[in-house]
Amino acid sequence: MNEVLNFHFNVDGNDFTSAGQASIQIKKNLRRLGLDPETIRRVSIAMYEGEINMVIHAHGGEADVNVYEDRIEIILKDKGPGIENIEQAMQEGFSTAHDQIRSLGFGAGMGLPNMKRYTDDMKIESEVGVGTTVTMQVNL
Amino acid sequence: MTVYDLSKNSQFNVLTMPEPEREINGVYIGDLLSWVMGKAQYDNVWITIMSNINVIAVASLSDVSCVLLAEGVTLDDEVLNTAKQKGINILSTPLAAYEAAVRISGIM
Repeated sequence: MNEVLNFHFNVDGNDFTSAGQASIQIKKNLRRLGLDPETIRRVSIAMYEGEINMVIHAHGGEADVNVYEDRIEIILKDKGPGIENIEQAMQEGFSTAHDQIRSLGFGAGMGLPNMKRYTDDMKIESEVGVGTTVTMQVNL
Repeated sequence: MTVYDLSKNSQFNVLTMPEPEREINGVYIGDLLSWVMGKAQYDNVWITIMSNINVIAVASLSDVSCVLLAEGVTLDDEVLNTAKQKGINILSTPLAAYEAAVRISGIM
């Protein structure tokens, strides 16, 4: 299997209640491919955290999941405000989410740390005022 | 122990149980959703007082065996229907989270 399998999603930035649709769809797709449950769990949680971030901070964006022979790549791209200090954003507990988001149980400052925890590699490219691209790899 | 076994206890009421045969291997208590996704384990009972629609997505993605709403928390019909569709078991209890966890430990 040399060809890459690609799944593409537009993440709607206006509807917080439907956030997670892309991750749940990915979970189903990966199940169909017969991947082991823990790998599926890691990929779908990392992607969900990214999806939530795009909805909270960036008015949505685009998500791509590429399945290679030896790894799964997740690329999340938004045109949001960008991250000023990536090192600070990566710290557990650091959050810029507002109160309404917190009352829903998000904004605990665990999103980016969880994405790092559940993937084998994570890169963040961000420019203030331009947007953010997060690229994650999960080895198979 | 399965979710069905748990549901037979008088303190735990079934709100929806589309997958009664899911195994239970432990308990995780938490209300911060990202925290739950980072820490809850596959086949845990997740005890929470959160009841918004995002709870269903988090339960589905973290593969917990059931959500247990503590302190008599209830769910909107819309959330309940989504849970049914996604195959997420949801129980409720009048007990506080700690008391519920102790009881589950006793049954296990």
